[in-house]
Amino acid sequence: MTAETTLEPVANPRASFLRRLPVVSHFNKSVGLQRFMLVVGLVLTGVFLLTALTAPLLAPYGFAQLSDADGSFPTQQAPGGKHLLGTTVGGYDVLSRVIWGTQTALLVIIVAVILSIFAGVILGLVSGYIGGWLDRILVVVADAIYAFPSLLVAIVMAIVISGGQSSLLGGILAAAISITVVFIPQYFRVIRAETIRLKAEPFVESAKVVGASNIRIMTRHIYRNATRTLPLIFTLNASESILTLAGLGFLGFGIEPSSAAEWGFDLNKALADTTSGIWWTGLFPGLAIVWTVLGLTLVGESINDLNDPRLRGRKRINRKAAAVAVPAASAGSGTETELSNP
Amino acid sequence: MTENLGSVSDHKEQDPKTVLEIDHLQVTFATDGGDVHAVKDVNLDVRAGEVLAIVGESGSGKTVTAKTILGLLPETAMSSGAVMINGTNVISLSPGRLRQIRGRDVAMVFQEPSTALNPVFTVGWQIAEGIRAHAGTDGSGRVSKKEAKERAIEALRKVGIPDPEHRVNYYPHQFSGGQKQRVVIAAALALNPGLIVADEPTTALDVTVQAEILELLRDLRDKYGTSIVLITHNMGVVADLADRVVVMYRGDIVEEATAKTLFAEPRQDYTRNLLAAVPHLGRNSASAGLAERPHQDGEVLVSADNLVIEYPGRLGTPAFKAVDGVSFTLSRGEVFGLVGESGSGKTTIGRAIAGLNRTTGGSLKVLGYEMLNLRERTFKPLRKDIGFVFQDPAASFNPQLTIGECIAEPMLIHTRPSEAQARKRVGELLESVQLPASYAGRYPHELSGGQRQRASLARALSLNPRLLIADEPTSALDVSVQAKVLELFKDIQEEFGFGCLFISHDLAVVDILSSWVGVLYKGKLVEQGIGSQVMGNPRHDYTRRLIASLPVPDPDEQAKRREEHRALLGI
Repeated sequence: MTAETTLEPVANPRASFLRRLPVVSHFNKSVGLQRFMLVVGLVLTGVFLLTALTAPLLAPYGFAQLSDADGSFPTQQAPGGKHLLGTTVGGYDVLSRVIWGTQTALLVIIVAVILSIFAGVILGLVSGYIGGWLDRILVVVADAIYAFPSLLVAIVMAIVISGGQSSLLGGILAAAISITVVFIPQYFRVIRAETIRLKAEPFVESAKVVGASNIRIMTRHIYRNATRTLPLIFTLNASESILTLAGLGFLGFGIEPSSAAEWGFDLNKALADTTSGIWWTGLFPGLAIVWTVLGLTLVGESINDLNDPRLRGRKRINRKAAAVAVPAASAGSGTETELSNP
Repeated sequence: MTENLGSVSDHKEQDPKTVLEIDHLQVTFATDGGDVHAVKDVNLDVRAGEVLAIVGESGSGKTVTAKTILGLLPETAMSSGAVMINGTNVISLSPGRLRQIRGRDVAMVFQEPSTALNPVFTVGWQIAEGIRAHAGTDGSGRVSKKEAKERAIEALRKVGIPDPEHRVNYYPHQFSGGQKQRVVIAAALALNPGLIVADEPTTALDVTVQAEILELLRDLRDKYGTSIVLITHNMGVVADLADRVVVMYRGDIVEEATAKTLFAEPRQDYTRNLLAAVPHLGRNSASAGLAERPHQDGEVLVSADNLVIEYPGRLGTPAFKAVDGVSFTLSRGEVFGLVGESGSGKTTIGRAIAGLNRTTGGSLKVLGYEMLNLRERTFKPLRKDIGFVFQDPAASFNPQLTIGECIAEPMLIHTRPSEAQARKRVGELLESVQLPASYAGRYPHELSGGQRQRASLARALSLNPRLLIADEPTSALDVSVQAKVLELFKDIQEEFGFGCLFISHDLAVVDILSSWVGVLYKGKLVEQGIGSQVMGNPRHDYTRRLIASLPVPDPDEQAKRREEHRALLGI
């Protein structure tokens, strides 16, 4: 490929730093439906993040508040009046708990993903590059974790970590670490596969030939090339971690309502309400889960499509060229009929 | 466009035997960087029984033109103009009509035969697939399985596969590379198309196999009157096979002439330069006039004695001997050219010297260090004296680092210079390989192939190595770029005086650079000697065959050589 025909690279390292950021660079090269999906995902995720950050201002009451100056909240009150989305069987304000729930979800995502990214990336690099018995053992362990239903692992970890007790920090950590355990194999696998591929690349061999140490090769040459897919797994895992957290809460291993607001727990408590026609206690926490997961998944899937040049849509060729092409095509078909019917 | 219509039918009346006519073809690709005009305005025609070669360097649009003939362009491409095959315009056809034309009127032979065949079906099935797909569309009714197989056997016989009745049931992996290409050609021939488009049909093949395939294609033209559009970058192949040549450059036709005229008196500057850049065996030899091996008084850098390198086989199979009892020495200041076809073990030897492969037997001393039972820790201090230039310049640079950082990498590891020192040295190195010092801040993808290979040379030279290993350093480059890189390489070698192991499959390239040449065949060093003597008066049978197969870029000379060597090549 000569300099004249070199196509614009996926992430041009000479572009300004801002334009090279994962999501920004993806936005710039997207068109049409793909851009629409990315924008919808970004808006949903943005609303989620904003709500989490400004929860103390947005929420009318505290997440564990059962009464105000006017006395105790009524239980199972229909939406309207003082309680826009109604109250639960325990007397909590549904709107406040949905809003405060974003904070819990965000904290769990951050802790879980950071813990699993660090462990997964380091283990994947070492395992893939060094290989041998270490690699085999780590792969078997990762496979063994895969073999467990992820929720089961999460439950076991929740018991081990917090002993079933749940303060705010303990609850969030228990949920986050149990999610981490399930996610480490995913990061491990992705980074290990990339490392094994990169290990055979000539630029790694050329580093070996000049005498670079293994640690230098791993950190300087492989690490930066192997982590390109991380923004994608990050967004997809973030949405999965919310689902796992909600699942844990739903099963009763989550965070007590007095420690933090948690959508899965609220869904659990709303189970009994559904038969008596009380829809608001379950619907709104459920919608919050759908909203967040959908937003993150849309962002992740869009990034996935945009990273792949074969899936990425492109702007159509400009109209002038198209205008030339159309008469040519019609003239061509004219020729064909003319010659076949002499 | 109506004007064109007129000219098309006029032409038909004058010369009824035109099988392909391309008229004002334009192809544009939509890419991230905007529209790319791959083919700007191409007009050409192919007559029955004619071999038309389209030559050009990478990015000239020759392959895109060929793919347009079969309507194989990807979705991102937009084409206009007319491509007439037997009076049908391929560009405007519906997918269904296009399918009818493919195989029946025009067929394609691909570059890489091992990927063009499906590994899970027998070759007979794959040839018959085309026959059965077209049954019924030309009024012949369904073709029975048995009949299709018979026709497949017939096609295999045509392309010279021995014992076709039996081998029609073989799977692709049971054939050698050259035979696979024959099978691909047989599949193309199955429906007796008037036109075959061959896209670099011999590029992936060894030079001795290439000679056989070229002979086969020539036979098709002579015996069956098949027209061939031959896409290639190899001027030797053009000289050997083509009747007429079209030279393309950046999407446009630069020159069109008969092969003889083109090679004898090229009219355009571009063609002249292109032809001048093609290495020609026996001209410009580095060892011309030498009577004995030079540089023998210098320090011996590499000495191999009965060297054996084995790759472990799978469970129950014996180990594969990639290098089998090879002995040679390489002294300081000398360029040792190692020639061989794919699988001959030449790259394995180069990698073993750099410590990338382990040796398993005999002795290999590199800078006095015995490589048998290599320990990385004790070998590391010697690594600063060994430079390595890889085949693919694009892949041998870390895409995340700038060229400057890549070139400075060996220094950072061994001598730990200050940042200012490193920057100064990188600037000097870039200048010595004739690149502007400002290129240090660029990333590898921002350089062209030739520039990247220069930078790769700069990296190999950064610690003033005593020994340089160059593994096919120019085979990924276009000829004109190759010529410049080779010249630079020669100058730098003379200036720095390092010993160099130059590995290549191309005899002509090796001859330009090296005074001492070794010929490898199936892991054995069958012949070594002074370059001009090995090339001019080969002693071993294999070397003779290798040299006879190499097409020279001159149609008359090549025709003469072909006749002389007919017996030797077995064609």
